[in-house]
Amino acid sequence: MNETENIIIVDKLTKKFGDFTAVDHISFEVHRGEIFGFLGANGAGKTTAMKILCGLSLPTSGGGTVNGYDLCREQEKIKRHIGYMSQKFSLYADLKVWENIRLFGGIYGLSGKRIRQKSDEMLHYLNMTDLRDELVGDLPLGWKQKLAFSIALIHQPAIVFLDEPTGGVDPETRRLFWDLICETAEGGTTIFVTTHYMDEAEYCDRVSIMVDGVIADLDSPAALKQHYQATDMDTVFRKLAYQAKRE
Amino acid sequence: MKEFFSFIRKEFRHIFRDRRTILIVLVMPIVQIILFGFAVSTEVHDARVDIVGDTGDPSVRQMVERIDRNPYLNVAAVYESVTEVAERFRAGKSDVAVCFERDFDERLHHYGKASVRVLGDGSDPNTAQMIVNYVNGVLSAVQGDLSATGGPQMASSPHVQYMYNPAVLSSYNFVPGVMGLILMLVCSMMTAISIVREKESGTMELLLVSPIRPMGVIISKAIPYLALSLVNLVTILLLSRFVLGVPLRGSLFLLSVVSVLFILASLGIGLLISVISSTQKTALLISGMGLTMPTMIFSGIIFPCESMPVILQYVSDIIPAKWYIIMVKKVMIEGVGFGYIYPEFLILLLMTVFLLVVSVRLFKRRL
Repeated sequence: MNETENIIIVDKLTKKFGDFTAVDHISFEVHRGEIFGFLGANGAGKTTAMKILCGLSLPTSGGGTVNGYDLCREQEKIKRHIGYMSQKFSLYADLKVWENIRLFGGIYGLSGKRIRQKSDEMLHYLNMTDLRDELVGDLPLGWKQKLAFSIALIHQPAIVFLDEPTGGVDPETRRLFWDLICETAEGGTTIFVTTHYMDEAEYCDRVSIMVDGVIADLDSPAALKQHYQATDMDTVFRKLAYQAKRE
Repeated sequence: MKEFFSFIRKEFRHIFRDRRTILIVLVMPIVQIILFGFAVSTEVHDARVDIVGDTGDPSVRQMVERIDRNPYLNVAAVYESVTEVAERFRAGKSDVAVCFERDFDERLHHYGKASVRVLGDGSDPNTAQMIVNYVNGVLSAVQGDLSATGGPQMASSPHVQYMYNPAVLSSYNFVPGVMGLILMLVCSMMTAISIVREKESGTMELLLVSPIRPMGVIISKAIPYLALSLVNLVTILLLSRFVLGVPLRGSLFLLSVVSVLFILASLGIGLLISVISSTQKTALLISGMGLTMPTMIFSGIIFPCESMPVILQYVSDIIPAKWYIIMVKKVMIEGVGFGYIYPEFLILLLMTVFLLVVSVRLFKRRL
């Protein structure tokens, strides 16, 4: 396996809802181990594309693979090998920390012994060992978010999808969270992340920007900034999103 | 399978961690049974009976004693003139008057017949009918005794007896009704809310991207509520048997089979509600207004279906609880076997299959 092995390969992926083409023949690759930023304004089609990549919906035409599994035919296998975390940090607020860990360990088919081992590791790593019997609902947002991220990794997926993981969080917590993401990526896990914060796009190895269902551009943040003669990603994004015709 | 058990265990945790809900779900049947059994009763206790006639007459005296001994009737006054009855009714001092013919005993023994007139205060028709029935019951019992000993016949109303509910206790009607209501409420409302809650909190997404299948989610959601409803079922049956004295004449097994079928139908409805509604409030409102109310009104718990206008009778036919309640009455009170309830069973079975198929399909499609 060489450096630039592709974990996600998407080829002319299209999704139509009636007459509306949400995703219009997009093609791209994500390299194993990189942090891939998937940007786009609301309604640009990134959620639809991400749903297909997670095995939640089928493309109208086109296709691709995630971790070597076909998007159209092997959805169940894809689901076993990906992690997912959304902006709602969705864990069960009325369950305790260890109960949440155990639940998702169980759902992903880990053995009881493995779950115990994993949860000790995880809590130690997050400095949350004292909090294992707390209800998740009582934790501060930053802790919840870190826990949700770690739980999304409990089955050691090859790739983890983060759907606006830092929405509504203060800048300091966001920065700490990105430290966690970067550490995970260094450990070899591929990160596929959508975000509204353009400063976060700077953390990514490569960034794609979707406008009106197509990928308007895809490159490293540095190359994009140079190409659009901008000092930050925010300007790049505005220059591209300005072309958008649909709301 | 392991995925499954983790998930079911989590559902039980949700239920037991939410003390208020668990309290409501487990206590509600007890309160309802006791309320319906004692407070909301259509029986009349201590009806006041006036006796009009000659108490010196031996046959009359015998009958008056019988009336007074009846637990539901009390003799309020004895007088000789029928004209007084109206005044007593108006003053609210009496509920019914039993008027014996003059020389009652003599006529009875010489001519073999004598007449009794029962006058009821009809301003409250239900109560009046009930009391007149009680009095009739007592009179026919006396008549029966007389005929049995070879004594003379008495002109009286036909001998009425309620075969499966001799005392005409309303709990015989309410217990099956409350069973239907509670099971429906627990299964549909609780299932709907627990699914919608996951939609609201965003955990549903997490489950969908996990390897657990949608069908798995549905089944593991249903199992805890199935268990809870069975606990409710047992509570209701024990209460009705030992507190209200309602018999369980038929087979407990058949009753359980019928109940599980109804529980499945309710789960189907709950699933359907969870598909339609996007917030817990909506789910609650739909189950309350769209489910509980029609069930109360149309299933025959309060108003008999037979006395509804034809159109509303058709409406009542699509309420699953109606068929369940009919079957429970037959099995519990009449003690019949499966042979007597299969039409209702078939209807409920078809409804259940329909509800489950439709709701599971919609549930999967909405994901």
